[in-house]
Amino acid sequence: MLQKIYDWIDERIDITPIWRDIADHEVPEHVNPAHHFSAFVYCFGGLTFFVVVIQILSGMFLTMYYVPDIENAWKSVYYLQTEVAHGQIVRGMHHWGASVVIVMLLLHTLRVFFQGAYKKPRELNWMVGVLIFFVMLGLGFTGYLLPWDNKAYFATQVGLEIADQVPLIGPELKTLLAGDPEIVGAQTLTRFFAIHVFFLPGALFALLAVHFILIRRQGISGPL
Amino acid sequence: MHRGKGMKFVGDSRVSADRKASQIPKDYSEYPGRTEAFWPNFLLKEWLAGAVFLIGFLCLTLAHPSPLEGMADPTNASYIPLPDWYFLFLYELLKYEFASGDYILIGILGIPGLAFGALLLAPFLDKGPGRRPHQRPIAVIMMLLALTSVIWLTWTSAEHVDWEARAEMNKPIPPSNIEINKDDPGYAVYEANCMGCHGDALQGVSAPPLIGTEHTAEEIAKIAREGINTMPANIFKGTDEELDQLVKFIMSVNEQAE
Repeated sequence: MLQKIYDWIDERIDITPIWRDIADHEVPEHVNPAHHFSAFVYCFGGLTFFVVVIQILSGMFLTMYYVPDIENAWKSVYYLQTEVAHGQIVRGMHHWGASVVIVMLLLHTLRVFFQGAYKKPRELNWMVGVLIFFVMLGLGFTGYLLPWDNKAYFATQVGLEIADQVPLIGPELKTLLAGDPEIVGAQTLTRFFAIHVFFLPGALFALLAVHFILIRRQGISGPL
Repeated sequence: MHRGKGMKFVGDSRVSADRKASQIPKDYSEYPGRTEAFWPNFLLKEWLAGAVFLIGFLCLTLAHPSPLEGMADPTNASYIPLPDWYFLFLYELLKYEFASGDYILIGILGIPGLAFGALLLAPFLDKGPGRRPHQRPIAVIMMLLALTSVIWLTWTSAEHVDWEARAEMNKPIPPSNIEINKDDPGYAVYEANCMGCHGDALQGVSAPPLIGTEHTAEEIAKIAREGINTMPANIFKGTDEELDQLVKFIMSVNEQAE
C-alpha cells in the first residue's frame, strides 16, 4: 500500500532524489560512532539542530502567554513561571536551550575547524555556518531583553550604547534597534520582540536550509 | 536523463554519478569501511542518542528553574549590568585600556571584527590542501589562541560576580497591590531601624526585599539582632517588645503578599 502511494507520487513529481536526501543514503563508517566511538564529534551538528527545534517549539508555546509591552511583559513571564501548568519547564527549556545551543554550535564549529572540513569544495557552507552563528548570537541578544526584568533592561542598555559608538552609522543603528535615540522603553521592547520572533528566525531558517542543501549536495567530508 | 528509482549518486551527496565534475568529493566506496543505511538503521541510533541528550537537558531545566529578576526599573541607578554568559568575553574586553576610552573602536570593532571576520573567511585564509591540524599550524595556532583568550576573558569576567547575592538582591516581587499600614506600631520600628536598606515598601534597596521571605517569625527576629550574610549584627536597636512588633509587621505584609 505504502509502496503504491510512493510510486503514484514518484511518477508525478519524481520524489526519489528528495527521499534520498532525507533518508535513503549510506552513512560512511568514519562518521558512525558505532564503529569508531571518537566519531561522536560528528553528532554536534545534529544536536545543535535538535536544540534549535526545541527552541522553536518552546518559543512558539511561550508566545501563547507572553505580552510584548512594558506594562505586562514582566507580569506575563511571572504568571507563566508561577501559575501556568508546566510554564516553568517550557520557559526553562527556552532559557537553557539558548545557552546549550551556543555550546553545541561552538563544539560543531571547532570540530569542522580542526578537521579542516571547510576546505575546497566546502568554503561556502562554512561561511553559511558562521552566519548562522551570528544569527544565533543576535537571537541571544534580543531574547535577553524580552522578560523585561532588571538584568534584561540594563544589559540591553549597555548593548545599545555600544551600538551607538559605531562610527558614522552608530546613532542610526541605535535608533533602528531601540526605536528612539535616547529612550530604552516600549518601542525597544516591541522592536526586539519583532526581531527575535520574526526577522532573525526567518534568516535562520533560510540559512539552515542552505546549510543542509549544501551538505546533501557535497556530502560529508571524507576521513582525515 | 535518468530519473527516479535506481539513480546512482556520488558518495552520500545528491550529485548524480552520471555527471562527473572535478569539485565532487571522492565516492565513499573509494574509502575502505563499512557504511550503514541511514534509514532506518542509523536513524534509530541517532534517535537514542537524541533521547539521552533530551533527558539530560530536561534534568538541567528541572534542577535549575530559569531565573527571573524584579521588573525592569529604569530609575534604579545602583544596578550593575551584566550580559548573558556568552557575551561576557566582549564585555570584559572593553575593560582593558587598549580597548576602551579613546581606543573604544578597537574594543567594539577592531578586535571582534578581526576575529569574527577571520572566522568567516577561514577557508580563504587557510588555503592549503592539507586538512590535518599539523599540516596547517598557523590556522590551528590562531584558533587555539583565540579560543584561549575567549575562555580567559569569560572566566575573568565571571569570577568577580557573586551570582547568589545578585539573585538574592533582585528577587522578583509578586505583582500585587500591597498596602503598607503606616499606623501599625511595627511600622514605626521598621522606619527607625530597617527602612534605609530594605526600602519604604519592603521592596529592598541596598539589601534584599523582605516581601516573599522564606524565613519564619523567629528567624526574622534573630536576623534583626544578629545579622545575616553581609548584614552586620546589632542593626536593630530596640527593646524586645519593639522587636516583636516589627516581626508581626513584616509577617503581616508577607501574609498580604500571598
